[in-house]
Amino acid sequence: MSFWKKHWQVIVTGLVVGAFAVILSASGNPANMGFCIACFLRDIAGGVGLHRAEVVQYIRPEIIGLVLGAMIAALIGKEFKPTGGSSPMTRFILGFGVMVGALMFLGCPLRMVIRLGGGDLNAVFGIVGFAAGILLGVAALNKGFTLKRSYTLPALEGYATPAISIALLVALVCFPALLFFSEKGPGSMHAPLLLALAAGLVVGALAQRSRLCMVGGIRDAAMFKDYHLLLGFAAILVAVLVGNLALGKFNLSMAEQPVAHTDGLWNALGMLLVGFASVLLGGCPLRQLILAGSGSADSGIAVIGMTVGAAFCHNFKLASSGDGPTANGKIAVILFLVVTAVIAACNMQKAKE
Amino acid sequence: MKHIDALGLSCPQPVLLAKKALAASPEGIEVEVDNTTACGNVTRFAENLGYKVAVTEANDTYLLAITKA
Repeated sequence: MSFWKKHWQVIVTGLVVGAFAVILSASGNPANMGFCIACFLRDIAGGVGLHRAEVVQYIRPEIIGLVLGAMIAALIGKEFKPTGGSSPMTRFILGFGVMVGALMFLGCPLRMVIRLGGGDLNAVFGIVGFAAGILLGVAALNKGFTLKRSYTLPALEGYATPAISIALLVALVCFPALLFFSEKGPGSMHAPLLLALAAGLVVGALAQRSRLCMVGGIRDAAMFKDYHLLLGFAAILVAVLVGNLALGKFNLSMAEQPVAHTDGLWNALGMLLVGFASVLLGGCPLRQLILAGSGSADSGIAVIGMTVGAAFCHNFKLASSGDGPTANGKIAVILFLVVTAVIAACNMQKAKE
Repeated sequence: MKHIDALGLSCPQPVLLAKKALAASPEGIEVEVDNTTACGNVTRFAENLGYKVAVTEANDTYLLAITKA
């Protein structure tokens, strides 16, 4: 099979993700934040009052679109399957840890790539940490790490995450008085609702079909010398870079980057946690949303863990800001690195002959 | 042929189990998965190593017969 025939879906998905990322930022989303699963789940947590950090409260339609787009694509492709039962509590904790790490760095792995494409050199520290975290996860997998199998469950289990997403959309559109909306700061910066929703739907569908995953790229290259998903990762970077250069929004620096800080060590450590925990979860935060939309209650729980984690991060000052990491955040990242290592160690299954 | 049960497992376990099994039984194995993503991933992995993959679908699962090309 030719290179293109083997890899076109993931490459096209990456290019579309990157293009939409640039478009969304140009249309009102914060700079270098056309998509950010971590930031957006955190904003949703704020939107429903799970935290009261006034600058980050908004029900991001992109998240809703990603889940529903994935669901629609999965249904059309006959790949929608209600499953669950694979260590849900552990997945909740891992999701929580992913968010702690992401809010230390101020971005999920997708935003890390988008930031890099905007010229934010702080993301380089993030990528180094991320790759190292993935290698830790790979080591655990090679030693037999497993969260055990999932099982087919009643249909409602599969539709729960999409249903919650629809409920959030209904609240956003019909009952905004119930919600919280930032009046300044990143939460107040958002693209028009329909554009954000449409972008999410398209990317959600494409990501479901192509299995795009930010963690899978480096992981599969390390474990199996398989570069398929890495091509998607690279395609996003290329599209964001080209888009930013075309719009004159490329700014190569470490200092003064939007919604970012320059503490290289903690940028790396935050993404180390994200990489490690995401490998154990079986996919990056974007992939968790897509899987949740495709019927996986296990990924649904991981997404809830991330959302609750985001609320805790802001309630207990664990999240970084442009001024840098917080003392509490540093403690939390170290704590969750230990917790993730314990989860890895406790779930290593001896090989059955 | 060695049979690998990879039903319900998270990514990348099906491929990892296939990798370990093929290392032990290089003449071929069969792998059982229950979703098209795992099916595609295991197939791609095996084909990259030069194996031939035949997929049979039955009862909501996919049986991949991996043999030398």
